[in-house]
Amino acid sequence: MKKWSALTRRDAMASALAGSVALALSASLAGPAAAADKLKAAWVYVGPVGDFGYSYQHDQGRIAVEKALGDKVQTTFVENVPEGPDAERAIERLARDGNKLIFTTSFGFMDPTLKVAKKFPDVKFEHATGYKRADNVATFSARFYEGRYVIGQIAGKMTKSGTIGYIVSFPIPEVVSGINAFMLGAQSVNPNVKVKIIWVNSWYDPGKEADAAKVLIGQGADILTQHTDSTAALQVASEKGILGFGQSSDMDKFAPKAQITSIVDDWSHYYIGRVKAALDGSWKAVDTWDGMKEDAVVLPPIKNVPDDVKAMAEKTAAAIKAGTLKPFGGKITKQDGSVVENLDDGAILSMNWYVKGIDDKLPQ
Amino acid sequence: MDQSALLAVLLTIVTASTPLLLAALGELVTERAGVLNLGVEGMMVMGAVAGFAVALMTGSPYLGIVASALAGALLAVPFGVLTLNLVANQVATGLALTLLGLGLSGLIGERFVGQPGVRLQKLAIPGLSDIPFVGPILFGQDVLVYLSIALAVLVSWVVFRSRAGLILRAVGDNHASAHALGYSVIRVRWAAVLFGGAMAGLGGGYLSLAYTPQWIENMTAGRGWIALALVVFSSWLPSRLVIGAYLFGAVTILGFFVQGLGVGVPAQLLSSLPYIVTIAALVVISTRRGRARADTPACLGQPFVPDR
Repeated sequence: MKKWSALTRRDAMASALAGSVALALSASLAGPAAAADKLKAAWVYVGPVGDFGYSYQHDQGRIAVEKALGDKVQTTFVENVPEGPDAERAIERLARDGNKLIFTTSFGFMDPTLKVAKKFPDVKFEHATGYKRADNVATFSARFYEGRYVIGQIAGKMTKSGTIGYIVSFPIPEVVSGINAFMLGAQSVNPNVKVKIIWVNSWYDPGKEADAAKVLIGQGADILTQHTDSTAALQVASEKGILGFGQSSDMDKFAPKAQITSIVDDWSHYYIGRVKAALDGSWKAVDTWDGMKEDAVVLPPIKNVPDDVKAMAEKTAAAIKAGTLKPFGGKITKQDGSVVENLDDGAILSMNWYVKGIDDKLPQ
Repeated sequence: MDQSALLAVLLTIVTASTPLLLAALGELVTERAGVLNLGVEGMMVMGAVAGFAVALMTGSPYLGIVASALAGALLAVPFGVLTLNLVANQVATGLALTLLGLGLSGLIGERFVGQPGVRLQKLAIPGLSDIPFVGPILFGQDVLVYLSIALAVLVSWVVFRSRAGLILRAVGDNHASAHALGYSVIRVRWAAVLFGGAMAGLGGGYLSLAYTPQWIENMTAGRGWIALALVVFSSWLPSRLVIGAYLFGAVTILGFFVQGLGVGVPAQLLSSLPYIVTIAALVVISTRRGRARADTPACLGQPFVPDR
């Protein structure tokens, strides 16, 4: 494995590593051609792999690919790539380096990915959470909102003050549908529950996330959840002796007494499947939106709650997996009082309104 | 607003403002000596990782504080060598320092990611800290909060009331004259740069030891740049710097508070408020022209080569 970074860090180390790996390879395989037969696949991350959140989970998927198909594939990643024009440079460099399958894992990489894909028609691209495709650009995402319905239900049961704090990043559909699914889950067991929302306008700022958590607790929230990537909010919850949920990865070890469960993104099945498809020639530029059923969204074992709450949540999760419960099925009352029914994927993917009962005005 | 909510807001304002104040105080002294070091963010993040690592390995947050200051100063050394001894461009070197700090801290911190940190405990003075409301705010903070205020007073006194401060300002305002009077411009600037690095390191250490006791890459999240802006905002006056840091912290936290109330003020407006307020204050200050100009170190960013 070879790794390098947008900030040129680890370059020296990486090339030293690559050198020694190459030596070892040619020695053990007794033929330099062996390495060239491998499919080169690359990943582009918006954050550091050490964020223990979103980018970390994507990298876990990459590592799973290495483990499963290590003899057929050679993987690379670039971390800390800013969304925007810089991303194009990073993606293009990967394509020029001979990578034949490139995963770009953040919404803001959408246009840069398409631009580079046009220049390299024989390279396959996969863009996460976007909606623009091309002959050699597939898209993928996960139904995070399914998990949020389950944790909403737990929060609705567990809150004593009747107020839940929710820390969020940016008002994009993925985040808004998460808030709504959470609220619908909470309302299903506690009709009068209140959700207080604070937008920190960042995916990753531990300090601000902690500040927002403290303010929410001060305002009466006794359970926290967040759609930002650091562990800070959960740690504040732990300090103040209240409960909360993890985001993107299992954050149990940061706050073992506070985390009930987490919304874990598990990309490994998807990545392994797509790399296999690229290897056997069946790869197509399609859109994939997996959820709890496909184990793309996973909830680690529920703890720190009474057994009946745990049983209820597990039942709900099973129903979502079986397809008998759809978070956005049935009648839903919007914040403005209008009623919608059985939302389809298109409506969920473009959601820009709140359900009734949310104590906030959605930034437009 | 009930009392517990108000208390939570006030306490959060203190923790949000302290790292900014620490880092900005160091940069203020550096700039008073005529050196513009844009590497505050890099030195901060090095302080954060070093403080976290040492506290974790020794179990003592106080050794962590010392380590964070040392690490910040250590990262300032290449900056000093390049800009003071080799007369490299200060802006470019400072920017490179930020990138170096971010990368190096990520590399050093790789094995510390995900480890539960050692928290710098808040002081508990029997009697005083227990006074309702006032106690936790005035007498229940951690040692770095008091240190930041004490250092602000000390820096103010040294810069304006002591002989050392006079030399520092002479070097920053007119390095040729200071040199002609027999002062070593380079040596004074070296001291100021190292002090700036140590203070930025302390600011970073506050993040990983008290604010959010953990280490994650890039955890300073741009606070070094805000500290730089605050120095300009304060027009290089320590007293105004304290006001600026707390104003910035307060407006950020109050923005969160108003959002939590759910009154429907757009979140984007609230999160841009700290910047708007800072810019507005800057405009007000700079309209008093003579004053603002008099406060700007005249040799800021200019390289100095002793001619003999």
